[in-house]
Amino acid sequence: MSDGERTVTPEPAPADDGRAPSGTPVVEATGLVKRFGPTVALNGARITIRPGETHALVGRNGAGKSTLVSVLTGLQAPDEGTVTFGGSPAPRLADRDAWRERVACVYQKSTIIPTLTVAENLFLNRHDHGRGRLISWPAVRRRAQELLSAWSVDVDPQTPAGELSVEQRQFVEIARALSFGARFIILDEPTAQLDGSAINRLFDRIRGLQRQGVTFLFISHHLQEVYEICDMVTVFRDARHIVTAPVAELPRTELVAAMTGEAAADRLRARPSTLDRTATPALSVRALGGDGTYGDVTFQVGAGEIVGLAGAAGSGRTEVAETVVGLRTAAAGEVRIAGRRPRPGSVPAALAAGAGFVPQDRHHQGLVPEMSVADNTTLSVPRRLGRNGFLSRDRRDRLAGSMIEKLAIKTPGPGLPVSALSGGNQQKVVMARALADDPKLLVLINPTAGVDVRSKEFLLGKVEETARTGAGVLIASDELDDLRMCDRVLVMFQGRVTSEIARGWHDHDLVAAMEGVDLHA
Amino acid sequence: MPETVVTDATAKAVAPRPKRTALLGGRIPLARLRDLALVPAIVVIAIVGQLVNPVFLQADNLVNVLQTMSEIALLVLAQAMVLIVKKMDLSLESTMGLAPGVAAWLVVPTGAGHGLGLLPGAWAIPVTLAVGALVGVVNALLIIRFGLNGFIVTLGMLIVLRGVLTGISGGQTFFQLPSSMLYLGTAQWFGMPASIWICLALFAVAIVVLGWTSFGRSLYAIGGNVDAAKAAGIRTDRVLWIVIVTGSVLAALAGLMLSGRLASVASAQGNGYIFTVFAAAVIGGISLGGGKGTMFGAFCGILLLFVIQNVLTLAGVPAQWIGALNGLIILVALAISRITGGKVQE
Repeated sequence: MSDGERTVTPEPAPADDGRAPSGTPVVEATGLVKRFGPTVALNGARITIRPGETHALVGRNGAGKSTLVSVLTGLQAPDEGTVTFGGSPAPRLADRDAWRERVACVYQKSTIIPTLTVAENLFLNRHDHGRGRLISWPAVRRRAQELLSAWSVDVDPQTPAGELSVEQRQFVEIARALSFGARFIILDEPTAQLDGSAINRLFDRIRGLQRQGVTFLFISHHLQEVYEICDMVTVFRDARHIVTAPVAELPRTELVAAMTGEAAADRLRARPSTLDRTATPALSVRALGGDGTYGDVTFQVGAGEIVGLAGAAGSGRTEVAETVVGLRTAAAGEVRIAGRRPRPGSVPAALAAGAGFVPQDRHHQGLVPEMSVADNTTLSVPRRLGRNGFLSRDRRDRLAGSMIEKLAIKTPGPGLPVSALSGGNQQKVVMARALADDPKLLVLINPTAGVDVRSKEFLLGKVEETARTGAGVLIASDELDDLRMCDRVLVMFQGRVTSEIARGWHDHDLVAAMEGVDLHA
Repeated sequence: MPETVVTDATAKAVAPRPKRTALLGGRIPLARLRDLALVPAIVVIAIVGQLVNPVFLQADNLVNVLQTMSEIALLVLAQAMVLIVKKMDLSLESTMGLAPGVAAWLVVPTGAGHGLGLLPGAWAIPVTLAVGALVGVVNALLIIRFGLNGFIVTLGMLIVLRGVLTGISGGQTFFQLPSSMLYLGTAQWFGMPASIWICLALFAVAIVVLGWTSFGRSLYAIGGNVDAAKAAGIRTDRVLWIVIVTGSVLAALAGLMLSGRLASVASAQGNGYIFTVFAAAVIGGISLGGGKGTMFGAFCGILLLFVIQNVLTLAGVPAQWIGALNGLIILVALAISRITGGKVQE
């Protein structure tokens, strides 16, 4: 891989935008160095973003993306190097207002206040004052309504912000950023918590704003999204700038190679089926129905078989998977795990019947952040750690140690709090726990959300390995890469299983089925 | 890519529909109605009270209820502010005893109990408020400047301050207070005790400040998401300092009013109040998780508790059982506010 910048062809001016992309970049950072103690987070990194473009920043976890974002948004000063906005030097760190006029970032972590209304969040600390210096709420609401409709965000300003969906919250945060006058917006993994159709709406919004002259820096783990929405891409690796190129000129394999520093294996390699038809099915679900979210769901997962459960958010796929492992109680129907019928709505019963599972959101349901890696990996198997309810630390550390090795979790030792790990390694801890008891059925819900490319391949490789040992696997996800290795994919739409697709599908077939569109009609 | 063309078309059709969040054509947000949740409960109790004993709705009785709750209501006001910024102040009840206690210690002439007689009577009020402010500053210093856990800091402070009051008073009660200390507890303004006016006025001010000023809204922002508040340019530490110190000063003022009404400062003044204060705040819709609740709600909370107590007394419930019933009332009131509020309490 050449460590140089490719020739940058200037973007043609958007037809309905008065501002021609001049020579001055919106943001230019050069020679950035940032150290945190012994760790070098940025090592001579640089980035140049031109007006009106949507620029992707990609790199594996720990490549320095987050540090670059905090330098570009003025949360941290670089130890060396310069940042300029439109040719003039960056304001002082203390001058928050000046920063807000130049740049805004929509973080994965929400920066809105859930207990206040949308209107108040938009104009927090800069309310309209009426008579007697008191806040004029009608004026605040009116201004919020104007702002939201100016950028066509369909949200009632009176809604408490805590009731917004992730998607709506992002739109509100973008609108707030624009109201400060910023025309350069950083989106930090905006699609991580969105489903397919919400991602499409977000992309429509990005394209619309781009036409109105807004520049974006787009950070994502999903390379497919980079190709879909971005004009330029910059790759960071190990705190350094690796390459900047127009997206169209950088094939996927080269991009992955730039990120990982080595050529990636072909993801589409064939996997021999390991289905064992003679053994008891790992999972059999009959006429399952839940409170309005799904109904009449019937399917089987054979021993050694990998079955995908695809569908958009709200299709019921997550609910079905959660019912299987006892996180929810079904209103009708039955679930059999390896021939046994665990008490419905009981996670311990499902685990005892032989299930292991990776829940939807590792931050909420997967991990206890302040507990150690060892405690987290062994949380579901206390009886293997000792007798009569007393835990043996030795046994725990031995069991955890073997799992750390098995899943190649990068940690200095089993005693480290799991919150200190990177996203990919945290997900490995969740996976390790799912595998701790040699499950007969492995249920995975969005197993690779917010995980870098290499960890993703590793995790999916582990899933295949588990299937080879004769366990059945159910993957509930709308991430195409997760579903590629499935023997077959069941597609859910509006709470029903609408189709079954055998391996070897094309992306557009599956996506169309998930959206309830028949391409061949 | 072909799939995006397909999905773009369907995406618009399934865009989420906004939820219903307001009544009467958007003029009354539903969130605001939750503040009024306790009003029907108070009305029902009042009707029951009137049926139980016709004395209930007489002006004298109502004034009596308001006066006896005025001091503790100020503690509720202080605690509500502190809870909204997601902190806690357990030491308020001790401050309520210590602040007027120190003033009495310095002012009451020698020979009568443990008084030192060092200062003239006019100093009593400034000394009381200064002690309140000092306690607040120490709390704020430990919690904000040194980052100690607020719950434990104020728990320690609660015990220390109570001990200091017992120490300076020798465990006895200060009598012969100067007239300045008696004034707020005994004066009548426009035909009602001054303490009622003070209590109502301070709540009115608090309602306006928390609802209609940038400073007041910053309390909610800090309690809801302190990082977001910082990002919005709010000087969070300064706001927290102001809230904690103001809370302690309010507690001192409440102590002054109580001492004036009882014409004495007992070494146990304020002892055990903090539980009622927390109960009233939570019943009134203030979330222990921060960022939620209004001053009007907090006022309704304490009013409800005192009205119920009054009705029980009028109904002739033996005094020995009032304690048990008070606890029960708190639990029932909490259950009622859970039902009317409709949300899980944190």
